[in-house]
Amino acid sequence: MDFSLTKQQELFLQMIRKFAEKEIKPVAAEIDELERYPLENVKKMAQLGLMGIPFPFEYKGAGGNNRMYVMAVEELSRVCATTGVILSSHTSLCGAPIYESGTLEQKNKYLPKIASGEWIGAFGLTEPNAGTDASAQQTMAVKDGDNYILNGSKIFITNAGYAHVYIIFAMTDKSLGTRGISAFIVENGFPGFSVGKKEKKMGIRGSSTGELIFENCIVPKENLLGQEGKGFGIAMKTLDGGRIGIAAQALGIAQGALDETVKYVKERKQFGKPISQFQNTQFQLADLETKIQAARLLVYSAAYKKDTNQNYTAESAMAKLFAAETAMEATTKAVQLHGGYGYTREYPVERMMRDAKITEIYEGTSEVQRMVIASKLLK
Amino acid sequence: MNIIVCIKQVPDTTEIRLDPVKGTMIREGVPSIMNPDDKGGLEMALQLKDLYGAHVTVLTMGPHQAEAILREAFAMGADKAILLTDKKFAGADTLATSHTLAGALRSLDYDLIITGRQAIDGDTAQVGPQIAEHLDLPQVTYVENLQYDGDKQITVRKSIEDGYQLLEVEIPCVLTVLSSSNEARYMSVRGIMEAFEKEIEIWNSDRITINADKLGLNGSPTRVAKSFTKGLKPASQLYEVSPAEAVDIIINKLKEKHIVN
Repeated sequence: MDFSLTKQQELFLQMIRKFAEKEIKPVAAEIDELERYPLENVKKMAQLGLMGIPFPFEYKGAGGNNRMYVMAVEELSRVCATTGVILSSHTSLCGAPIYESGTLEQKNKYLPKIASGEWIGAFGLTEPNAGTDASAQQTMAVKDGDNYILNGSKIFITNAGYAHVYIIFAMTDKSLGTRGISAFIVENGFPGFSVGKKEKKMGIRGSSTGELIFENCIVPKENLLGQEGKGFGIAMKTLDGGRIGIAAQALGIAQGALDETVKYVKERKQFGKPISQFQNTQFQLADLETKIQAARLLVYSAAYKKDTNQNYTAESAMAKLFAAETAMEATTKAVQLHGGYGYTREYPVERMMRDAKITEIYEGTSEVQRMVIASKLLK
Repeated sequence: MNIIVCIKQVPDTTEIRLDPVKGTMIREGVPSIMNPDDKGGLEMALQLKDLYGAHVTVLTMGPHQAEAILREAFAMGADKAILLTDKKFAGADTLATSHTLAGALRSLDYDLIITGRQAIDGDTAQVGPQIAEHLDLPQVTYVENLQYDGDKQITVRKSIEDGYQLLEVEIPCVLTVLSSSNEARYMSVRGIMEAFEKEIEIWNSDRITINADKLGLNGSPTRVAKSFTKGLKPASQLYEVSPAEAVDIIINKLKEKHIVN
């Protein structure tokens, strides 16, 4: 696999890097501090086509691929992990399942709005009692004439309250276990749908994470995504793709922390010389650079497999596992190398360390990724 | 309205380092970019496209690598791109460059020709005005703003040292534009995808209406006698004092230099 950049990707990288530096980085600390959703930047991203990178022109997408999409998530997360996850959830968890599993009517109705960024998308699988064990869904969907009636709730939903459309999983037949789970496209505004409490989080604080409540929520039957009972498969497939996005987010956080640290250690003097001249500093930076580059190759490899229609379940799990753990290590070491200053909000590494932790948890914990990787080995 | 924007690929001088021994520029590893003033000019043209549906052509002279900035211009919204490339163009100074560009412009329909004020690698600010002279067109340099009446007249704000002039000029004309005149738009993702599907016209010296003796090194009267690195200025001195003491220090320094008596 040749992962060198094409001329097109070089131009794309030039654009996204400049956009991230000029538009996203200046507000990253503020949106974290104020827990403010950066809607104005999401609109700017929509204008440039960033909200629909891997979707074709016919659906108002940008006509790019997953390689470009992960490059975008990485570059945005390098300066602001909040912005990275907003894009990743929207694209991988809402646009992708409609594109991959939707009917032509569903694609025509929803994808242009999502890919153009006119609408923000989200995904609701997690429930209070169905986290890593996603099969323990309690939200119910009962067919009633031309509609399904949904009852239950979802928690920890990224983009909650800002999304216009959600991919929601619910039990249509509880007796069938995972084969009784179905997926639905639920618009904000459907009767009986509401957004509950917003979480106060350790990191990615500018992103909205909240509860979704379904009280006799009426969903037209044409909004069933895929076939009845096939929802669990759609959820797993969607998460395979989502993990590439989160891996790219983690990669970006790690790279951002390393960038800040390289700059800092050249300026910070102790014992009469810049701390970059101490071998302890150099060895730590060398190890981080090596791990980040390895993480990047795993992310690119998973994106390449998705782009070339190969199975990428294990690759995306490996990419997410390794990139997330690299992000946690890189940001922790970045804070350490910044010393006392790194523990303050004067420097961005403090925020980056808080942001990194979630990448080991959401869209499958690191333990889940290990389960996925091992299950392929032991099959 | 047909607008032609002349653009140049230049080394990103913000990333340039000098060889401490030879005093020459280390070009290795230095990224090439669209000259900032030219990008400001392209943005101005694209705004006219947005408002009046103008057709925007970008024109550059350079080696094949210069295609990169033409693709970038496509991704920003340019409609047509022409690369003037020929071994005979090599070694051109500003005069030969302007003759070459003017030669190409004679074969094109235009209402407005826009160039950047100057390129960051040479800083001469000569090519735009020379093009206007060769084509016998009115010119306004250092343009920072433009209003078009939708017909024949444009009103431009020309930056001067201590202010600006508002000038009216009839098209066709040549404008040289400042990068500070606007915030150039980002390339869109779709623009980038489509930029590589569009054709770049490659023109060699046969396509240009100009005598061969005006091209490249032969057509370049400029000779570089010597290049050198400017000496370093002495380090500045920092005073951490009260404002009143600072005033005394400044006055004394100005007196020392006979700027005030």
